[in-house]
Amino acid sequence: MTATRVAPAVEMVLVSKVFNRGKPNEVLALDDISLSVGQREFITLIGPSGCGKSTLLRLMAGLLDPTVGEVTVNGKTANQARADREYGIAFQTAGLFDWRSVQQNIELPLQLMGWSKRERRQRAREMLTLVKLEEFGGHYPRELSGGMQQRVAIARALSFQPSILFMDEPFGALDEMTREHMQTELLRIWGETHTTVVFVTHSIPEAVFLSERVVVMSPRPGRLFAELPVDLGARDFDTRESPEFFERVTAVREALRRPDGVE
Amino acid sequence: MRFWERLGRISPPLVVGLGGLLLWELVLRVVQPGGFVLPPPSEILSSAVENREVIWTAVLSTGWIVITGLISGVVIGVLLSVAVSWYRLADEAITPLAVAISAIPIIALAPIFNAWFGLLSPRSNQLVVMLLVFFPVFINTTRGLTDIPLDQIDLMRSYGASRWEITKEVRVPNAMPFFFSALRIAASLAVIAAIVAEYFGGRQDALGPLIIQNAGLARYTDAWAAVLAGSAIGIGLYAIVRALERFAMPWRAAVNQGIEG
Ligand SMILES: Nc1ncnc2c1ncn2[C@@H]1O[C@H](COP(=O)(O)OP(=O)(O)OP(=O)(O)O)[C@@H](O)[C@H]1O
Ligand SMILES: [Mg+2]
Repeated sequence: MTATRVAPAVEMVLVSKVFNRGKPNEVLALDDISLSVGQREFITLIGPSGCGKSTLLRLMAGLLDPTVGEVTVNGKTANQARADREYGIAFQTAGLFDWRSVQQNIELPLQLMGWSKRERRQRAREMLTLVKLEEFGGHYPRELSGGMQQRVAIARALSFQPSILFMDEPFGALDEMTREHMQTELLRIWGETHTTVVFVTHSIPEAVFLSERVVVMSPRPGRLFAELPVDLGARDFDTRESPEFFERVTAVREALRRPDGVE
Repeated sequence: MRFWERLGRISPPLVVGLGGLLLWELVLRVVQPGGFVLPPPSEILSSAVENREVIWTAVLSTGWIVITGLISGVVIGVLLSVAVSWYRLADEAITPLAVAISAIPIIALAPIFNAWFGLLSPRSNQLVVMLLVFFPVFINTTRGLTDIPLDQIDLMRSYGASRWEITKEVRVPNAMPFFFSALRIAASLAVIAAIVAEYFGGRQDALGPLIIQNAGLARYTDAWAAVLAGSAIGIGLYAIVRALERFAMPWRAAVNQGIEG
């Protein structure tokens, strides 16, 4: 019990990932990654396309095994943590199942965990309220806009109240206005649910607005080469226009521009 | 108001169909080329009514071949595609074989099957239908069971779902649209295959022999009436498949309605 409290949410020690090992198309996707994510922290991974952000997230989620090194999540191996449903995950595509209604999509993880129908229904209702989609439980995903689908995906990831949320460019496909709205929503949810969030993005302002710490990655091979704390306190509507915000944005941009950072 | 909505949806093909028949009738009344070329629809229809008992028996006989062949072909196609989607070894063993079978002109095998089962046995015709139906069902269903975005599989794994749960919750529903579009093709293939196979053998009270006998005796109108009965089986099956489809995939119906209205 206490061990889970004390252990960091995610701990990676000297992790490397090689795809297609020993074949002509061998890729060193990640090299010597060490990273620790604290409980209840909101951390963002940023870097150019192909630098291994998704791979890193999949390693944390126990969906891929590291070639070298160790990944622990809440003090357990990543695979064990996955089996114990320690985390919820949301991908770039909302990834809702067309054949399930919005409500049923949110209920899916609960159903697999053997919750009773009544409990499932109740929780799904709460989640729909959380993402402000109360009236859409009976709709099918294709009847919803992209932003609404994304919110359902987040509700689904949160439905069983995992202590960690992994998000891989979840707002990538949204227009700027919906995106900002979703960022505010996510911060509100994070504040209300006390989860740890590991968030992947391409967008510098998004990284700065959302997180307490930005981890900058460089490609070929994927490495972590800068960590910037973002001490902006509680975010609100004015944060995006404050000089402190622009300062942090500039800092991240410079970090991404360093000679070994390419781009 | 649903009645009018429905009528609105089926009326275009109805108008085109009836208009076509009318034109056919009129042209033949004016040109009068003789019944052996093409009898007017009114005569085909009255022949069908006149010979309704023989035709009904033939429809039941051929219909039985179609249904049993179709069902067995579909079952085998689906079972094999499940095996292929689960086991790589099965994929490597079965898929090339299935493709090889599909390259054989199955109908041309009907006389050979007749030799196996006996000239008047319905087995050979069932086998022809089954083999012909099997392939599109197998190929499409396999695609539907395996062609799934990595994110969806990973999502299920993140819930600690078992392979069986992934099959039930993701692979099977994902395969539904693929399966039904194959079934639609298979249903009309099955009718064609059954009747052509019946030209070579099998039960003598079926539609195939009825068409051949009438054509041989220059009773073209009666032959056409039997052809008409064959297409009625095809249309009936198609309607059943569509109804099953709507029942099995309510999510599609809901979304389509959203787009239309
Ligand atoms: N399953 C795989 N097999 C082989 N190579 C892979 C695989 N997954 C990723 N890679 C390679 O690993 C590298 C990192 O890929 P990854 O998807 O993690 O990048 P990313 O930072 O998420 O990029 P993007 O921002 O475009 O999503 C790339 O060079 C990619 O080609
Ligand atoms: Mg990625």
